[in-house]
Amino acid sequence: MTAPPLDPPLDPAPAPQPAAPPVRRPVPGLGALRETGRLFSLAVTTVGAMFRRPFQVRELIEQFWFIASVTILPAALVSIPFGAVIALQVGSLTQQLGAQSFTGGASVLAIIQQASPLIVALLIAGAGGSAICADLGSRKIREELDAMEVMGVSPVQRLVVPRVLAAMFVAVLLNGLVSVVGTLGGYFFNVIMQHGTPGAYLASFSALAQLPDLYISELKALIFGFIAGIVAAYRGLNPRGGPKGVGDAVNQSVVITFLLLFFVNMVLTGIYLQIVPAKGS
Amino acid sequence: MGIEVVVEGLTKSFGSQTVWQDVTLTLPPGEVSVMLGPSGTGKTVFLKSVIGLLKPERGRVMVNGVDMVNSPERDVYEARKLFGLMFQDGALFGSMSLFDNIAFPLREHTKKKESEIRRVVMERMDMVGLLGAEGKLPGEISGGMRKRAGLARALVLDPQIILCDEPDSGLDPVRTAYISQLLIDLNAQLDATMLIVTHNIDIASTVPDNMGMLFRRRLVAFGPREVLLTSQEPVVAQFLGGHRAGPIGMSEEKDEATMALEERHGVTGSSSVPRAIEPQLEPTPGLPVRRAVLRRRERVLGLLDTLPPAARHAIESSFDRTGHVVAGQAAPAGRAGGGPS
Ligand SMILES: Nc1ncnc2c1ncn2[C@@H]1O[C@H](COP(=O)(O)OP(=O)(O)O)[C@@H](O)[C@H]1O
Ligand SMILES: [Mg+2]
Repeated sequence: MTAPPLDPPLDPAPAPQPAAPPVRRPVPGLGALRETGRLFSLAVTTVGAMFRRPFQVRELIEQFWFIASVTILPAALVSIPFGAVIALQVGSLTQQLGAQSFTGGASVLAIIQQASPLIVALLIAGAGGSAICADLGSRKIREELDAMEVMGVSPVQRLVVPRVLAAMFVAVLLNGLVSVVGTLGGYFFNVIMQHGTPGAYLASFSALAQLPDLYISELKALIFGFIAGIVAAYRGLNPRGGPKGVGDAVNQSVVITFLLLFFVNMVLTGIYLQIVPAKGS
Repeated sequence: MGIEVVVEGLTKSFGSQTVWQDVTLTLPPGEVSVMLGPSGTGKTVFLKSVIGLLKPERGRVMVNGVDMVNSPERDVYEARKLFGLMFQDGALFGSMSLFDNIAFPLREHTKKKESEIRRVVMERMDMVGLLGAEGKLPGEISGGMRKRAGLARALVLDPQIILCDEPDSGLDPVRTAYISQLLIDLNAQLDATMLIVTHNIDIASTVPDNMGMLFRRRLVAFGPREVLLTSQEPVVAQFLGGHRAGPIGMSEEKDEATMALEERHGVTGSSSVPRAIEPQLEPTPGLPVRRAVLRRRERVLGLLDTLPPAARHAIESSFDRTGHVVAGQAAPAGRAGGGPS
């Protein structure tokens, strides 16, 4: 337990420099691969931490409330014109094909399966995710997260898990909201503007749509919420170089989330259409 | 009693920039050590490596059988509960009041009742002179207060090892003197192993039992305080003397040409005059004596033969001055025993 004493000959000459390591040319694409790996590892850690005690109920409720409060109104406002646009487009298309009686079913399917989860995803990523990313990023550069780790508290469990769960729950609820509002908007425009008959609209609806359509819609929303939350948390936890870095991180997190979400949406839609038989076929 | 921290062959780089390499030292249990170094030499990086926040590429940091560098994350988290770290800027949670900040570790790691938490937090706030500010948010107080709040938060779990990152920066000289006294008082009360990182010469010359210095990507020295305080090593002498002549320049290192130029223009330090060693601070009367003092005496007497003559002199005379046990009796016994090892 002795402290090593002063090593006697303290040469004033500069310490011999270690030979500079040979400049390694980074393999292109390796950086992106590494980032992807870290993102996945954060996702796995987060899922693991979801089941660990103590669960941060308060933080979850606060985050849930926060994300809901910044997304509900824009979601409702966006979904009315979106429902209308789809209804009008599908309506005019079916008219050309001579299949007006199916307008209702077709536009509702388009809204519930595609439009609604994507609207939700954009809002969760744009409004909720950017706030999560900025919040975590500024905590990181203020060393709050380091302080937490030093006190033996995992920032993933304490901060990331409640935020990701909140994003997922809000996404599911918001998806329900957008589906309803969008469908109503579509109905309104089809019946009032295009002079469709309410009866035909509803009848075609139950002829084409089935319950799994709603399930896949909610499942998509759940997965999109998870991705938006994880990407925002990942970029927030790893900002580069000071406050400017946080701004960049927020920006990137939104862009990365969009890219991922559209890709995942394609994959999910493909799988769904393969494994769930269309109604009546 | 505090816990010993053994650092062996630690090397840390960021990309191609080596911060320091091959740092080896031992923080003796319960003693106060100071790590000096000009700005940007990696003192903060060193503290964060000791506590496992940063992972050095080589070497290890042994604390209670756990290697803070290479052990599994779970063990490191567990070992961190032995530590209290005071960050350079306090690192308080911006959304919580000072009270909640300081209560945070208690609420996370203990099952104490709220009244009990209140008692402990108030006691610590009193200790660092923050009573009355418990409802304030970190954004509403001065830097010095944030720092003291950070210290209070580091202290609530009665840590065995206390790490302080520049406790003086941003404080005026009077507050710095208070902080120095506070650190010594803490050591007397908790008997914790302490490592203080600073470039403040007043703290360096009055607080620690041991002192080290980081410069030019390596540990220049680490040993009993007298060794550095009497050192004629140019870097150490320049730093402790606070003058321009010497190897430390504005951008950390001077080149040969600048040094020669300064010599010709008569920029010289007072390194030829041996500095008088200031006595170490004593705990405030009424507090228990520092148990580390006796342990250190044993240890240092064991090392005495390996130290440079000036340091040996300084140590002997300081033991004569402060020792109630006459050095003539204690010294040979200590030397014969070879000190604890
Ligand atoms: N996270 C980091 N990434 C890259 N370089 C860093 C990081 N942290 C510190 N450094 C570099 O390490 C060196 C030492 O920094 P620091 O430990 O803060 O010095 P100080 O002794 O003033 O506390 C600086 O040159 C700094 O640029
Ligand atoms: Mg520093």
